[in-house]
Amino acid sequence: MEQAKLNSLKKTAAQIRLDILEEVHAASSGHPGGSLSIAEIITYLYFEEMNVDPANPKWADRDRFVLSKGHTAPALYAALAEKGFFSKDELCKLRHVDSFLQGHPDMKGTAGIDMSTGSLGLGFSTACGMALAAKIDGKDYRTYTIVGDGESEEGQVWEAAMFAAHYKLDNLCVILDWNGLQIDGPVTEVMNPTPHDKKFEAFGFHVISIDGHDFDAIEAAFAEAKSVKGKPTVIIAKTVKGKGVSYMENQVGWHGSAPNDEQYAQGVAEIKATM
Amino acid sequence: MADKIATREAYGNALAEFGDKYDFVVLDADLAAATKTGIFKKKFPERFFDCGIAEGNMMSVAAGLAAAGKVVFASSFAMFAAGRAYEQVRNCIGYPHLNVKIGATHAGITVGEDGATHQCIEDFALMRAIPGMVVINPADATEARAAVEAAINYVGPVYIRFGRYAVPVIYDKDTYNFEIGKGVNMLDGKDVTIVATGMMVSMALDAAKILANEGISARVVNIATIKPIDKDIILDAARYTGAIVTAEEHSIIGGLGSAVAEVVCEGCPVPVVRMGVEDKFGHSGKVPPLLEMYGLTVENLVAKAKAAVALKSH
Repeated sequence: MEQAKLNSLKKTAAQIRLDILEEVHAASSGHPGGSLSIAEIITYLYFEEMNVDPANPKWADRDRFVLSKGHTAPALYAALAEKGFFSKDELCKLRHVDSFLQGHPDMKGTAGIDMSTGSLGLGFSTACGMALAAKIDGKDYRTYTIVGDGESEEGQVWEAAMFAAHYKLDNLCVILDWNGLQIDGPVTEVMNPTPHDKKFEAFGFHVISIDGHDFDAIEAAFAEAKSVKGKPTVIIAKTVKGKGVSYMENQVGWHGSAPNDEQYAQGVAEIKATM
Repeated sequence: MADKIATREAYGNALAEFGDKYDFVVLDADLAAATKTGIFKKKFPERFFDCGIAEGNMMSVAAGLAAAGKVVFASSFAMFAAGRAYEQVRNCIGYPHLNVKIGATHAGITVGEDGATHQCIEDFALMRAIPGMVVINPADATEARAAVEAAINYVGPVYIRFGRYAVPVIYDKDTYNFEIGKGVNMLDGKDVTIVATGMMVSMALDAAKILANEGISARVVNIATIKPIDKDIILDAARYTGAIVTAEEHSIIGGLGSAVAEVVCEGCPVPVVRMGVEDKFGHSGKVPPLLEMYGLTVENLVAKAKAAVALKSH
């Protein structure tokens, strides 16, 4: 892609990373690791790929997004705020009792959220329902869902995969965030769900494997997914959990804990240095 | 009226009938022949989607369809709709208050021969605990049909329970007016009220006749909507008859009996005696002996009503 576009996307992704840190730090709780790993993907989705309108969040023909790994809501809230669905001032209220930014996405309370998620394994299925609705109604909107690698240990993920292929949901694009870590340790050690590529292929998916932090690869993958007819696509995105904050990268412990003031300052400095 | 029809049959027929009038889609999990959604499938194949034996996925898919604007019926046996898929119903449908109608058939012990694993006697308890969930248990084929139409016209999640076993038709299709949240006074009486739901309503009418012969005047109330429950009709019964017996083909824990006791205790404390499945799992068998085994009989209802009356003097 053109350098100017790439620079702009990188800048937005860095801003989203800053927002994620701000949210989780202000809440003293939340999930920074898996939020940081999807920063590029969610940036590309909201700033290039998806047809959405912040002024009309319930627009019937919009593309849909379901964050099946709902605990990484800080990334989604950051993207929605940067896009203009709600004020950036709200981000520092994440998980507070007087905020609409719930610990996990709430479609009733937060503009731009297409499905309430958080309990793992369920969001992917709801995305299948949205994609099926588009087929029934003859509409050309697309549905995107980000599924966690640990989440793929849930049986319902594979029920959903079976359903998506059976009903030839080529308007559905699944992104598997392959960051390799879950709460109890490395995904392959806790309960090995690999090989994802062969499994999704066997379930009837078109499979694309990319570096989930490379915007050129992300762009090419989404373009390829759109060209595939008759079957759903999964983009297996190799990512780094905690990406962009040195002490969080590839550290299991940063799945669900918040940085203290000192750690927050260091993280902000590191991200700002890349901008 | 002597006709006997299973409410699941009425459900399938109603879906097919209202499919002409309303725009909705139907999901099932490989049980279309049994839940009777197959009747709809035959007439509207393009609006029917089999989800295979994956009830959790089906409920979440239903939520996605509803979030995209569709009115959705999702069907399976009560055991798998309310039990297996409880969390999907709670988190995907209940929490966002989506427009999904859960048509749960083969509820209660009248599933019969299949036995305990398939006899769901906890569905009212599970479903009514979900905030905003409407829970309906029709008494006969007429009420089942009316409840389906009411659910279509109601915006939000609804759980409707249907039975496998043929039960007497007690309402006239041409005159019966069903309203979500409204109980129906079937018979007036002054000594005790039988508050019944589902297939127990016709038994309650029979029990009232026996009680009348023994000099006890029993009011009979049909509560089809377990939630939101008709507090007015229950409190009126408590005030004017002074004793209540509840009757349901469900565990006595968490269902109609519990719901009525909650209303009565908070509004007009009088004796409440619950008749239902007494904290036991089901069993295989033909329906009549099963009903005997679990005490879901007219005779037991008469005895429970007398027990409620006796408690009034305490």
